[in-house]
Amino acid sequence: MRINLLNLLTHLLETNSTSRQNRLVWRRMAATLSPPRILPSGDSAITVEFSRNIDDAANQRVLALDRTLADRPVPGVRETVPTYRSLLVHYDPVEIDFDTLGEKLVALAQLPVPPTTKTRRWRIPVVYGGEHGIDLEDVARTLKTTPDDIVARHVAGDYRVAMIGFTPGWSYLSGLEKFLHMPRRQNPRLLTPAGTISIGGVQTGIQCLAGPSGWHLLGRTAVRTYLLHRDPTFLLEPGDRVKFFPVDAKTFAEQDRAAAGGEIVAELMAS
Amino acid sequence: MSKLVVTTIGPASSVQDGGRHGAQRYGLTPSGAMDRLALAAANTLVGNAAFAAAIEIGPFGAAFTAREGAVRLALSGAPRNADIAGRAIASDTSMTLADGETLTLGFARGGAFSYLAIEGGIAGELMFGSLAVNARAGLGSPYPRPLQAGDGLQTATASGAAERRIDLPAMAEGPIRVVMGPQDDEFGDEAKTLFFDSEWKISATSDRMGYRLEGPVIKHLHGHNIVSDGTVNGSIQVPGNGAPIVLMPDRGTSGGYPKIATVISADLGRFAQIPAGKGFRFKAVVMAEAQGEARKFAELLRTLPDRLRSIESFDLNIEALRDANVAGSAVSAIDARTWQAPSADALAPD
Repeated sequence: MRINLLNLLTHLLETNSTSRQNRLVWRRMAATLSPPRILPSGDSAITVEFSRNIDDAANQRVLALDRTLADRPVPGVRETVPTYRSLLVHYDPVEIDFDTLGEKLVALAQLPVPPTTKTRRWRIPVVYGGEHGIDLEDVARTLKTTPDDIVARHVAGDYRVAMIGFTPGWSYLSGLEKFLHMPRRQNPRLLTPAGTISIGGVQTGIQCLAGPSGWHLLGRTAVRTYLLHRDPTFLLEPGDRVKFFPVDAKTFAEQDRAAAGGEIVAELMAS
Repeated sequence: MSKLVVTTIGPASSVQDGGRHGAQRYGLTPSGAMDRLALAAANTLVGNAAFAAAIEIGPFGAAFTAREGAVRLALSGAPRNADIAGRAIASDTSMTLADGETLTLGFARGGAFSYLAIEGGIAGELMFGSLAVNARAGLGSPYPRPLQAGDGLQTATASGAAERRIDLPAMAEGPIRVVMGPQDDEFGDEAKTLFFDSEWKISATSDRMGYRLEGPVIKHLHGHNIVSDGTVNGSIQVPGNGAPIVLMPDRGTSGGYPKIATVISADLGRFAQIPAGKGFRFKAVVMAEAQGEARKFAELLRTLPDRLRSIESFDLNIEALRDANVAGSAVSAIDARTWQAPSADALAPD
């Protein structure tokens, strides 16, 4: 029952609905939201945990609390780090203590949050397969289909940036269709290329910097989700929506040069 | 402007400051000094802001030469032999390096990191408000990597201000204090008892990302995979092999291993200074105690300037010699004319 309520809430948050009736339904439901768990992460941070699992509804609540704290700052809170299932709140224990902040966060997490009207929608070009996505054929074989089908399915997905973490710009996306869910590799690779687009477990992701990964590599994008001297340095925000579209290797090479020079390359769709 | 040139340097040495904050939500780790009190003490000695950029020096020796003018410096953190042209320099004091002179530092004795602050700070380009090196993300200035021999740091020419020492409280002893969580419920009573009853050592494979612990295997109740959540400096995560890793300032911003406990912020610097191979223990404290210690630590940082003391150059030399001698390392205490270690009498002021 709780899951259903949360899904409905998610739906209402998503649809940017402003009708009075929906608002009422939504307010009534918000009042029934279970409180998050307040977990200490040392003496200067609190983990506000909404779920132990990868759970889209929980991620929505994480992002909602993150927005609430951005809109009405709590004195002493220094920065917030959204993840799939929890919001990490860094704070200064000189300004506010654990119990006081914990109570505030529980209250804020159960407040009705106005649905966001500012969700950004990105289209991100990807060159799939071949040297750019060395696991595409293996993934197709494992899932008993063709590489083209894998690409078509991956492109069809409507994803949300659930969290950014691990290394700068590494964007974890939720919304991967069930057919593409795959366990991670037994042996993680120590080095995978910058711009890698991959799938792992129930997620897909955009990896910005070269680095280790245990995910299956489907392709690469020229888009830099993190580029130091560009404005903005970080392209994606937790909560942004993302769709992928295929490009050929030549286009990727051109885009890669442009992106290295500071161009965004990703397309921002009119909302 | 003067220049401080790195003559020789070991690994794990880089420019660090108070770190960069506010971008952990984008996966950007804060970095910054491993021992914030030592960084602040060194900076305070030369009149800099407490968390200005300084040189974090790893366990090995190093040498620095002043070029194009004099440079005023201060050393704090892990004790080590230090001398300028055979003149011993005590820890927790400022010093002035004349143009062309070299400051030579020995290995860390009983610690891991020292901080060499430079009067006027280090010239560089702030990235997210910080010069701190984060080699993986290509961040840090003037060099986005650990320091190497031949590197030059632009800095102010020495002001000629009187040298100072700083009177720091004795470093706390005893177990490293932690608060439980956030995932202590992923561990049974047996695992927790083992964690607190065992002696731990820091593995030599540790670095600024994390300190790997050597000791007993800590078993999970439900396996070692959790859905990633955020990390902090001092998070003690337990991966599949049961060997805990304490996350340090260059940590990943999120991690997927259960975190049994978190080192309290007031003990992080002390923990970072534990040399590889030396035994230590953990002790759980309640949140009220941890936050009380955090507030005391903040007060200590705030009042560091009140702990500055003036020194006469004569006193400085005697103190430095005595310090070097007491530590059982006679290198700096050998009489330059006779090549004999001076007797205790010779050290007494006239």
